[in-house]
Amino acid sequence: MAASGFPRFSALVTAVCALLISGSLAGCGKEGSPPGSVTLLTEQRTAGLRYSVAPRVPVGDSGALARAKARGSIRVGVKSDHPFLGFEDPMTGRRGGFDIEIATMVAARLGFERADIDWQTVPPQGRETAIAQGDIDYYVAAYTINEERKKHVSFAGPYYVAGQDLLVKKENRDIRGPDDLTGKGVCTVAGSTPYERISRPRYGADVISHDSYAQCVQDLVTGVAEAVTGDDAILKGYAAQNRGRLRVVGKTFSKEPYGVGLARGDGGLRDAISEALTHHMRTGDWRRAYKATLGRSGEPPPRPPEVQRG
Amino acid sequence: MKGAAPVLFDAPGPRARRRHRVYGLLALAGALAVGAAVLLRLSEAGQFVGAMWEPFTYRGVQERVLRGVLDTLKAFGLAVVLSLVLGVLLATGRLSSHRWIRWPCAAVVEVFRALPLLILIFALYNMAGLRDAVEGFGNALRNGLGAPGDWLATHYATPTLWALAFGVALYNGAVHAELLRSGARAVGAGQWEAAYALGMRKRQVLSTVVLPQTVRAMLPGIMSQIVVTLKDTSLGFIIMYEELLYAGKLLAQNISTPYGYPYLPVLWVVGSLYVVMCLLLSLLARQIARPRNRREARVRS
Amino acid sequence: MHVLLDNLGLFRRGFVGTVQLTVVSATVALLLGGILTLFRIGPVPLLRAIGAGAVTLLCNTPLTLLFFGVTLGLPMLGLTDLSYFTLAVVALSAYSSAFLCEALRSGVNTVDTGQAEAARSLGLTFPQTALLVVLPQAGRAVLPPMSSVIITLAKNSALAGGFSVFEMFTVEKTLIEQGYAVTTVFLWVGLAYLVLIACISAVFRFLEWRLAVPR
Repeated sequence: MAASGFPRFSALVTAVCALLISGSLAGCGKEGSPPGSVTLLTEQRTAGLRYSVAPRVPVGDSGALARAKARGSIRVGVKSDHPFLGFEDPMTGRRGGFDIEIATMVAARLGFERADIDWQTVPPQGRETAIAQGDIDYYVAAYTINEERKKHVSFAGPYYVAGQDLLVKKENRDIRGPDDLTGKGVCTVAGSTPYERISRPRYGADVISHDSYAQCVQDLVTGVAEAVTGDDAILKGYAAQNRGRLRVVGKTFSKEPYGVGLARGDGGLRDAISEALTHHMRTGDWRRAYKATLGRSGEPPPRPPEVQRG
Repeated sequence: MKGAAPVLFDAPGPRARRRHRVYGLLALAGALAVGAAVLLRLSEAGQFVGAMWEPFTYRGVQERVLRGVLDTLKAFGLAVVLSLVLGVLLATGRLSSHRWIRWPCAAVVEVFRALPLLILIFALYNMAGLRDAVEGFGNALRNGLGAPGDWLATHYATPTLWALAFGVALYNGAVHAELLRSGARAVGAGQWEAAYALGMRKRQVLSTVVLPQTVRAMLPGIMSQIVVTLKDTSLGFIIMYEELLYAGKLLAQNISTPYGYPYLPVLWVVGSLYVVMCLLLSLLARQIARPRNRREARVRS
Repeated sequence: MHVLLDNLGLFRRGFVGTVQLTVVSATVALLLGGILTLFRIGPVPLLRAIGAGAVTLLCNTPLTLLFFGVTLGLPMLGLTDLSYFTLAVVALSAYSSAFLCEALRSGVNTVDTGQAEAARSLGLTFPQTALLVVLPQAGRAVLPPMSSVIITLAKNSALAGGFSVFEMFTVEKTLIEQGYAVTTVFLWVGLAYLVLIACISAVFRFLEWRLAVPR
């Protein structure tokens, strides 16, 4: 008994290790991305998008731009968990989505190729610090322009006007707006602005909250929740991922103008980004980017918003 | 229970054995029925559809899972080393004859043992000081070591890793300290007296006489606490440290099927990996802690 | 200080949440742990094996994983009406029951064999011997380890905050998101747990004193 204990144990260890290693390393897997994965769906449509890179852009009086030029790369803050808006593939690390396209076209107008962009995933709680400290040159990630944030960062844009909306199952006809939610399970991300708004007594909704919208979408599919609420841009992304099964109601009940966040007081960069946004809206790049990403949800492209000057 | 005569019930005779077998089979049948019902419901909910499991046939997914395992082990390794060091330091501190060392150490041990680990990890994760320190560490590596420093910085200079490792180490270090202290108190007074009689100083007695015996005596406790450390590493999920569970969550959210995201299939795979790691470590712990596999104290001969 | 005073409502809600979660889960865990113990010390070999398997599995599963499995799995089984509070109770009590079972089982060994032998010679069956004679005495002996399992349960309940239950961890997250100083929030939240844990050990010390039997 005493003698057989250890060998048996080490045999077990060896067997399990062999199993683990052979399963993971032997390369018995298929190449590429699995069907239904976000990257596969996004890249089919965004592969054709090209933005002409502006040659010899004057740096002006922007410190961030001058440093980026010297570095040869521009640092852009984005999110990684919003499909078709700002998404990072967990396997390949490739990025895709509407915000990613906006960031790319802005970079092109500033003189940087797609390959020159240094993407940084910045979680919401760290974004003001990341912008202020210069960890990133600008931030494109469903970032609503408001007076409170203007005390800490500057904004260029808006480049998209989102609004709080509802995501439901395609066959759901009962929920046509926020006033139809009384007594219904509605899911959103804990502590967010949509959470505060939907928790108001006038809606009478039974609010469920999670750390991510994906878990809410799961609750919607399994029937734990009847609707998911959040900015329509984010919801359209999930509708695009689950096309034919989920849809966005399309009746927004707030206004969330998305802007490009940058260091406070860098007027040069701000003007350059505003000019870039206006340019790409005029040439139709903006519309094409929308159709290739959030457009997969079936929602027609809205009119690009008026970029604020000064 | 095996071998020794049962105390709580009479040794079963042939009829009782038959009855017990019936009970056992009934229980087993019940368990199997529940299991079958669960599987049926899951399959109705589309959890066994090919699309839910197909991702695992892709190399990228397999490699991502493996990276999750490695990231879990990385945090675990750091936490174990840090917690053992901390445990020894705090235990020696509590055995000190100076009040101004003993009391702070006691306070640290008691406070960190009483705090929920998650609360601690989340606070550490949000502390600007830790972030700055980790960033400074990363920059120093990059500037000082060139290419290998770059690699080290991207893999080891991340705030989430250190928030997790420090949090887990603080809690488990406090537990180790208590274990070691109680072990050290169990070392007989004769050992101390003999060592002093040989002219050793207190530090020498502690490090060369008491600590080795303590570690040997407390090895079972320390090993089972190391299993706890591995389990605690899974809390990194909450602060978005990309360990095994978090990697699984990312993989699941990437793929949509008509039945929702493949959370459960991913959980089966990732969860069994976690449980297997813990079980192996437990087995190893039991093996090491078993008296016959340890060298007997030589002093006795 | 103003962190606490400005958010007294939040703190109260979180603290009540943590207390509720702890009390309900502890009760369920005691029940489950008792059943597991009966399985493991009983005469039916298959039940002993099932009990031992369940305890080994639960002891080697990270609580986070268990939470994940319960919150995602049970709704998938069609139990969509369970609140996240209930799901958290399921996860926490299942996890703690394994450790309670270990504690209780170690207590059974401390009960003098004469007790069980006397009970058997009176003709008591196993359930009677276990439930009426041995477990009550074992329970008294294992109050200290039991109290440490319950204290761990109280601390573990913080994880429920990561799974949509409102309790003290939710308070910490909310306040830090609102921009209060991390250290201050941490101190107050930590203090709340210290108070709770002090209460639990006081209850157990009281029980120990109340149930003490001169031997």
